Amino acid sequence: MADVIADQHAPAAKAEEHATTTGLPSTKLAMWIFLASECLLFGALITTYLLYRGASKVGPYPNDVFDIPYTSVSSFVLLASSLTMVLAVAAAQKADLIRMRIWLLVTALLGMTFVGGQVYEFTSFSNEGLKLGTNLFGTTFYVLTGFHGLHVTVGIIMLLTLTSFSQAGRLPDDQGFSVEMVGLYWHFVDIVWIVIFAVVYLIPTGPPGGK
Amino acid sequence: MADVDHAQAELQEIEAAQQDGHGGHPSVKQYIRIGLILAVLTSMEVAAKYANLGSATLIVTLLALAAIKFALVVLYFMHLKFDDRRFARFFLMGLAGATTLFLIVLITFKVFQR
Repeated sequence: MADVIADQHAPAAKAEEHATTTGLPSTKLAMWIFLASECLLFGALITTYLLYRGASKVGPYPNDVFDIPYTSVSSFVLLASSLTMVLAVAAAQKADLIRMRIWLLVTALLGMTFVGGQVYEFTSFSNEGLKLGTNLFGTTFYVLTGFHGLHVTVGIIMLLTLTSFSQAGRLPDDQGFSVEMVGLYWHFVDIVWIVIFAVVYLIPTGPPGGK
Repeated sequence: MADVDHAQAELQEIEAAQQDGHGGHPSVKQYIRIGLILAVLTSMEVAAKYANLGSATLIVTLLALAAIKFALVVLYFMHLKFDDRRFARFFLMGLAGATTLFLIVLITFKVFQR
């Protein structure tokens, strides 16, 4: 059933389907393989965080610096950006270019809000004495969330580039496919945050200094 | 619990609409409903953090809610439910490989026994 539906609703990919030996659009296949490899990257960073969880000998510890209500709002913002991204894809597939550009810009704006929030959070933690080399928590936390923030930033650049290319008429006729590819990346960044929010922020850490 | 029932009813409605031939990808309204379900699940996560749950219960609850959110985004927003299954296989290969590899690492270092 899903295959039939996929055939009916992948007009964006049709042009490429005929040109590949797999029958699948190569760009989309490459994007999914790239995202699969990203699972390994973020898996390694999350595992490292978990390995050294509660192993810091000096503070500040997670409970000293985390502001859960603030991070919850950031999480809602990133989730909302996933919704606006999928609305942009839907508009692009209906060739509604004006709505598509609006939703892309809203998504970029929400992404910038998230990254801005992360910069504020990092600054605030730094002011409380948690720097990259302060303790194991600081190192693993900043590297994990910093890499995620970097991915969001790259996503924002992709969204803004896509919007300006679309405005300038520099995208192929079938703009839905390009938007869908950027959308896959953006949603991936969102699902990584879903895991980080639960594992890093919400799951309680053991006693400070405990192994 | 009522929220979860409501979320399940919403998803059944979306699947029914697809089987009726109303479209392979969800409609805009259905995307918004999924967005709302995600928001409700996030609220439940935050509420669970502040509820007086035992540590093990809290961890299981948070991981379960995160897994549901993860699945909703991948299946509906990333269209993995509707696209060619080979895309899903490639992605799941990476995801399952990463999960298995890192679980072995965590078990080796006895992270779950702390």
